[in-house]
Amino acid sequence: MTNRFLRITFLLAGLALLFPVTGSAETPLPTIHEPEGEGVKCVEPEDVMRRNHMNFILHQRDETMHEGIRTSKYSFAECINCHVEPDENGNIAGVDTKDHFCNGCHEYAAVTIDCFECHADRPQKFIDRGGKSASLQDELHQTLAADEDMGGELK
Amino acid sequence: MSDSVNHSRRSFLEKSAVVGAITIAPGILLHQVANAKPDDQAVSDSVRWGMLINTNNCEQGCTDCIDACNTEHGLVGNDRPKSDTQYIRKVTLRDKMTGHELSLPLMCQHCETAPCVDVCPTGASFKRKDGIALVDKHICIGCRYCMMACPFKARSFVHEEVKNQTLSAPRGKGTVESCTMCVHRVDKDQIPACVEACGKGKHDAMMFGDLNDPNSTISKELEKHGGKQIRADLQLNTAVRYQGL
Amino acid sequence: MKKIEYTAIKGNSLAYYSLLAGLGLVILIGLLAVWYMEHNGHYVTGMTNQIVWGVPHVFAVFLIVAASGALNVASIASVFKKEDYEPLARLSGLLAIALLAGGLVVLLLDLGRPDRLIVAMTYYNFKSIFAWNIILYTGFFAIVGVYIWFMMDHSMYKFKKQAGFAAFIWRLTLTTGTGSIFGFLVARSAYDAALMAPMFIIMSFSFGLAIFLLVLMASYNWTGRELGDEVVSRLRNLLGVFVASVLYFVIVYHLTNLYITEHHGVEKFILMEGGQFTKVFWIGQIILGGLVPLALIYAPGVRNCRKTLAVICTLITIGGLSTMYTIIIGGQAYPMEIFPGYEVSSPFFDGVVSDYTPSMYEIALGLGGIAISLVIVAFVIKVLPFLPTSLADKESVNS
Repeated sequence: MTNRFLRITFLLAGLALLFPVTGSAETPLPTIHEPEGEGVKCVEPEDVMRRNHMNFILHQRDETMHEGIRTSKYSFAECINCHVEPDENGNIAGVDTKDHFCNGCHEYAAVTIDCFECHADRPQKFIDRGGKSASLQDELHQTLAADEDMGGELK
Repeated sequence: MSDSVNHSRRSFLEKSAVVGAITIAPGILLHQVANAKPDDQAVSDSVRWGMLINTNNCEQGCTDCIDACNTEHGLVGNDRPKSDTQYIRKVTLRDKMTGHELSLPLMCQHCETAPCVDVCPTGASFKRKDGIALVDKHICIGCRYCMMACPFKARSFVHEEVKNQTLSAPRGKGTVESCTMCVHRVDKDQIPACVEACGKGKHDAMMFGDLNDPNSTISKELEKHGGKQIRADLQLNTAVRYQGL
Repeated sequence: MKKIEYTAIKGNSLAYYSLLAGLGLVILIGLLAVWYMEHNGHYVTGMTNQIVWGVPHVFAVFLIVAASGALNVASIASVFKKEDYEPLARLSGLLAIALLAGGLVVLLLDLGRPDRLIVAMTYYNFKSIFAWNIILYTGFFAIVGVYIWFMMDHSMYKFKKQAGFAAFIWRLTLTTGTGSIFGFLVARSAYDAALMAPMFIIMSFSFGLAIFLLVLMASYNWTGRELGDEVVSRLRNLLGVFVASVLYFVIVYHLTNLYITEHHGVEKFILMEGGQFTKVFWIGQIILGGLVPLALIYAPGVRNCRKTLAVICTLITIGGLSTMYTIIIGGQAYPMEIFPGYEVSSPFFDGVVSDYTPSMYEIALGLGGIAISLVIVAFVIKVLPFLPTSLADKESVNS
């Protein structure tokens, strides 16, 4: 008796799986933020990036971490710099929202990533650190580089 | 460009250039230019980065190195000193016999045979070829065994959620971290933030350079005046040496 | 020798389901505590950058140590050929697996990133004692599992002795590994001793047997099966030897440290001036966990009193947890000797004793681990024939 009941339940459950959820229940496709500006292109064609971005980042991650290779082509920070921008009101969608470039797709695809447990979800220029520069040395170098005839003085 | 702007800018640059000369000039800059590493090249074991700290020049109560470190790595506390992160700290020592007091900065000593690297189950604690000990937070599981093993209490566990991290120090809840010898700066031929700040404050208690190069300022200074390891009895061959201890 | 008959327990009484429900509730509370700790970060616990391992590790290490000790009864039967222990071997193996599982769950759920279990399984640093232990734990499950299978499967019964021998060697290695987690730490004065490994082995004998006796008596009492005095008093005498050996090792450990001037500070701390740690050491570890059980085991009036034995075993368990508390947390609370010969002070708590107050979340997690072990035992003895139908004394069987 119990067995028969169980069998019917499983059968019904199996049948239900055969019919895809249709109509209004469909999850809307994520909106993908295209970086602004003429001729701005990603480091690889879009279809390559879609399939392989995780491999690029992973590869770069290990090389930078362990070998100190700091090329910018597949740099994670560069992804963020291009793809995360403020909206017209100047607000930046955090990684916990659907409007964040990375999270929009990942939420749609139900892929959990933990990059942003440690990495900032927005470009450094949009982070307010109460006026403190991230690096005094950087500041010095940048100022010197901007003014060519002064650049020699450091040497 | 108007004259006034030009003037203020020039005066800033002059100051900066002086600062640059103080911190970078003593041999280190020359050496670094000679060893400049292209971005796409892996670090090698031909260099071993190290520091030399002259405790005689280290002022008690001065926190220039700590402040610079915190700014550089975006270390913001939560007013919970027991669980807040520190990369570098100032320790005051008082000789039990003589009563002589001295002050010194203490951070990861970047040991050659690092206990943290030995005990880490996943290999997240590792040493770069140039001698810098780091935590690969991508594979750190937060077991804290390295913190148990470190003889210098140099490591911190991230006890709370972190947001808006700097590029120089990606860090997050549940992983262990410590002084990176400003690896992001070293890779760009710059000196660690603490050493720079110490020089800027005209204390000159900290020196950074290549221990493998007998002609580097740090090696010459070590050869001339020596420098002790902390817990030398453990034979860890630390990369941070101290004078006046 | 008479063939032993094993049967699964009925397990359909209200009391059985209440037991499962009660343990389930403890596990649930433990999991809620884990969720809270992981969601907020470890600052909500008593653990800090000074006390990096806290009460979860006390429970976890205790359970792992007890696990290998629980296997002892089976080892005595198959390795040392004491046939009287034979009927207890299956339960011994089961309890070993269950305790290890409970301990590992606690250890895992206290990680900063428990979601990275897969990383712990795929990245290995073979110089790490922790990494060895991951292999030792996994191997323990496999080997004891095979051992139990050989004991229960008639076609494989002939290989039982070999499997039992392998399990015995493996369990010794495992406890050595657990002890070495602390023994190989040069950084801290309290740990740096090779004696840690053998001391952990002898502790495992004592803690494991105490828990085994508790489980044995409870399961026979609650199922109304017969448990003879002969087998119980044999285990009880064995327990006495183990408790005494643990005390011996603790004395040797502290005497060695007392002889070495370098370790005087930490000894003075644990034995005299350590506040809560000194109390836990003397009251928990030495008196309640050692001297009282020893006195009760050899007290003439209560030889065959099961209630006294239950009290003894509970005291040993409490003593075991106290031992872990003193070793793990007391060892960290004592300031690290970074600059020998100097008085040290800093804003980062150098040179001062670190205080520690366990949070209820940590305790809930630890108790959850114990509950997991017990649920495993309670469930498995219902579905598989682990318990002998009767453990009555031989004379009473004959009569």
